[in-house]
Amino acid sequence: MSSSTELKLPPNNYLHDGYGWKSWLLTRDHKRIALLYLAAITFFFIIGGAFAVGIRLDLATPAGDMVTDDTYNKLFTMHGVMMVFFFLIPAVPATLGNFLLPLMIGAKDLAFPKINLASWYIYMIGSLFTLYAIIAGGLDTGWTFYTPFSTAASTSAVLPAGLGIFINGFSSILTGLNFIVTIHRMRAPGMTWFRLPLFIWAHYATSIIMILGTPVVAVTLVMVVAERAFHFGIFDPAVGGDPVLFQHLFWFYSHPAVYIMVLPSMGIISELIAAFCRKQIFGYTFVAFSSLGIAVLGFLVWGHHMFVAGESVYAALVFSLISFFVAIPSAVKVFNWTATMYKGSVEWATPMLYAIGFIGLFTIGGLTGLFLASIGIDVHVTDTYFVVAHFHYVMVGGTIMAYLGGLHYWWPKISGRMYPERLAKIAAVIVFVGFNLTFFPQFILGYLGMPRRYHAYPPEFQLLNVLSSAGASILAIGYLLPMFYFAWSLRYGPIAGSNPWGAVGLEWNTTSPPPTLNFEETPVVTWDAYEYPTPVEGHVA
Amino acid sequence: MPEAVLHEHHHPPALAHHFENLEEQHTAATLGMWVFLVTEVLFFGGLFMAYTLYRHWYPAAFMASSHELDITLGATNTAVLIVSSLTMALAVHAAQEGERGKIMFFLVVTMILGLAFLGIKSVEYMDKFEHHHVPGASFHFDDPALQQPAQIFFSLYFVMTGLHALHMIVGLGLMTWMFIWTKNGTITKDYSSPIEISGLYWHFVDIVWIFLFPLLYLLGRHI
Repeated sequence: MSSSTELKLPPNNYLHDGYGWKSWLLTRDHKRIALLYLAAITFFFIIGGAFAVGIRLDLATPAGDMVTDDTYNKLFTMHGVMMVFFFLIPAVPATLGNFLLPLMIGAKDLAFPKINLASWYIYMIGSLFTLYAIIAGGLDTGWTFYTPFSTAASTSAVLPAGLGIFINGFSSILTGLNFIVTIHRMRAPGMTWFRLPLFIWAHYATSIIMILGTPVVAVTLVMVVAERAFHFGIFDPAVGGDPVLFQHLFWFYSHPAVYIMVLPSMGIISELIAAFCRKQIFGYTFVAFSSLGIAVLGFLVWGHHMFVAGESVYAALVFSLISFFVAIPSAVKVFNWTATMYKGSVEWATPMLYAIGFIGLFTIGGLTGLFLASIGIDVHVTDTYFVVAHFHYVMVGGTIMAYLGGLHYWWPKISGRMYPERLAKIAAVIVFVGFNLTFFPQFILGYLGMPRRYHAYPPEFQLLNVLSSAGASILAIGYLLPMFYFAWSLRYGPIAGSNPWGAVGLEWNTTSPPPTLNFEETPVVTWDAYEYPTPVEGHVA
Repeated sequence: MPEAVLHEHHHPPALAHHFENLEEQHTAATLGMWVFLVTEVLFFGGLFMAYTLYRHWYPAAFMASSHELDITLGATNTAVLIVSSLTMALAVHAAQEGERGKIMFFLVVTMILGLAFLGIKSVEYMDKFEHHHVPGASFHFDDPALQQPAQIFFSLYFVMTGLHALHMIVGLGLMTWMFIWTKNGTITKDYSSPIEISGLYWHFVDIVWIFLFPLLYLLGRHI
């Protein structure tokens, strides 16, 4: 790295193509839009994290003496709403996906650059509604908006929050639409479907979920808003409506939404494993199709959220069985990543640490998902901390680990500069330790019967709760560190050069940062994805 | 060398910078609209799901409520929309032939028919207001035994036809935009895809009504 400090950033890169706020807020460059998203989701991650701090502080003592029960309901609701809808769902697709998708397939931009920019504005407008809900008294329905509480009973700001999420949904739909059309129509010459990086396959599968699932939750929120604002009768049992219908419609989107969060992350992991093991991904085709398999199966398992909601036992059995099937494509990925690492030339760079962390944590998250897919066990642990721990292992241990790993891996491409490697490794270890200390005790708490969404609990649960709260503060440090050193590296980081990792993939065949139109000339692809070892053209050592 | 090749390359004015040629741009736009229509199917799908469930639960109330809708106005509106789809198709054909005058004529006819649909729809809505068939505190149904499930029917009626009408209004906005683009010469024989994909959207909105009309007005009705 010492010689590269003498290098300079390429003069014609996208960051230098126009200055001032207008050149950013009116940009159509997918790379700049990705950075707009990055700034926005980081902001909402901090807000969502602040609510989590409130939750963990309150739960440090059994009495629940820090906030009232009403305030506590609002804390966990707004933590969930912010994290799920405004951070986790756009986290990877709208930032890294947006930035890398055209680069990886050799395109100049996404198919619809104006729609891409519009999707960011729609996201911001939706977020303003939701932020207004937070200021105007908060929201206490849980992120799930279950009726009839949300439509008839809650006195909190359901309308602005519901509208905000409704609006935000369209940004997700437009991103998915843009990705699908781009992948179909804008691949460089020679970039066949089975030469695509697995990151692209994962985003293709994710986009399918975005366009098929999101409109359903959108129209469901329309009905909730109509019922709450105009007293229409649709879900309200007082007029003969069915609140369980709401749950069906809600989970028809919100279960697949988990795969919107984790599939792009799996795409990142495939890229990281290949790059830092210097090997072609073992079973490329299987890994590619496992993404589609997860997308399809993901639409058929929503009923496992409703085992105790009064669905028929036959429906529950079928949903349980199909939920088990999801383990197959998930395991295909985990086994193939592990097989790729076997006899690979593993380099323990920061992104690889996150990748290893992801595999371990996602495996725990996935296996406990099988516990919950078993109807008998699910009835025992429904609405306990076991469920909370499970989905945090998938969403935080999975999605955020991969997101951070990907951000480190492509940071040199995005900014043209390297982050401080030693500090980053320390942060990665802190995140891993903090995460497990926060959430592993919650599995035990849930198994012992501590219910979720309560602000007070019996004293015998205190030790595990204190461990969890302590872990959360360690985790917070692990998340704050990258924010600081990434910002630092923008000015002081050593110049990275076009390919600091010696990785293959079209995104490394252009300068760092890339020019606005990505490539000086349209690349022609004559090789498969992850063809290691091959001499990398345009590689600046 | 590549720079020189790039500049010699024929570059039509309608071609956006990030596409290789007009063909690629056209297929991307068309695929984009089809994907969008898929999301629209799912959007209305949630409502059709709710309709199916409650129709199964409350067949008597749904039949009785269906009788309260004006079948003449509904049928007229169906005819109006089908004709508007024809004129839209003719506008698309004219766009592919590059006949500006014809495009503008057929767009205007389509818009007039769309406005006629919305006008008739508002007459129907007025009627519902007068007969207390709007869900909410003042909702009243003649048969007290069916009061509650009839309110569910009318809730679905207003949400479904309301969202459909909203889509019509968006469609009219699109038509206006296309009219301006045709008038100022943006639309050419080489660049007709905006009209084509607006046409796809208009036909979709038409098809939604083709499903709404029998479900709300006709099913189980005994004349």
